[in-house]
Amino acid sequence: MNVLDNALGVHAQTLGMRSQRMELLARNIANADTPNFKARDIDFKQVMQQAQDTAMVTTQVGHVAQGDAGSADAVKYRTPFNTAFDGNTVELHVEQAKYGKSAADYQATLNFLEQRVSGIRKALRGD
Amino acid sequence: MALDQIFGIAGSALNSQSVRMNTIASNLANAGTVAGTDQDAFRAKRAVFKTIMEQQGSTPGNSYQGGVKVQQISDDPTPVRRLLDPGNPLADKDGYVYTSNVNEMGEMVDMMAASRSYQNNVEVINTARQLLMRTLDLTKA
Repeated sequence: MNVLDNALGVHAQTLGMRSQRMELLARNIANADTPNFKARDIDFKQVMQQAQDTAMVTTQVGHVAQGDAGSADAVKYRTPFNTAFDGNTVELHVEQAKYGKSAADYQATLNFLEQRVSGIRKALRGD
Repeated sequence: MALDQIFGIAGSALNSQSVRMNTIASNLANAGTVAGTDQDAFRAKRAVFKTIMEQQGSTPGNSYQGGVKVQQISDDPTPVRRLLDPGNPLADKDGYVYTSNVNEMGEMVDMMAASRSYQNNVEVINTARQLLMRTLDLTKA
């Protein structure tokens, strides 16, 4: 299993992180009309930095995985360009653009993973 | 897996927006109603949205956490209009009837906003579905 994890590299982890970010953006879009809702986003750079700097392993049940996008410090509130009267900081066009971009990012990561998987498959088949 | 939670979140938004559309339809339908007293006059209904914070109301395998729900449907506090119409059978002893406080123009604008929000969330679901299907295709790579 360890061999397979190494073969997939950082991309397997990245895919999970990207899908978590998309979930967060979907929450923002769903709450575009909710009074006092504050838009949130994941600082992707920081999460990746954390994952690379200290590659700590969870060995016990109580341990928290490093570079987990769900951890509180990675999720940040967005600073809106314009504030709304009802205290909502979701700007729909901004969220839409970010959702579209993160969908493209997700597909890019998928492409990398596909290449890795087909490489492994080719090696296993041996022809 | 976070991608499949998008279905629950955006689904809850679709539900809330359709409730909003329903209240707007009700408001527009009742825009022309009159009543004999101030209390009986129709008042425009407003859907008040709230974020779903906990696992409340979620079914197993389908989380709505972070989605949106309709917290309450409240009356528009705008005062109702009083019209002099002695010929109306509902008129009070001074000859006045009380019309609804529905602002038709505002309701139409609100309807457009609700419909756009609905479309946005449908688009979110579509994108998430496509990505999920592509992820499943990873096994065929």
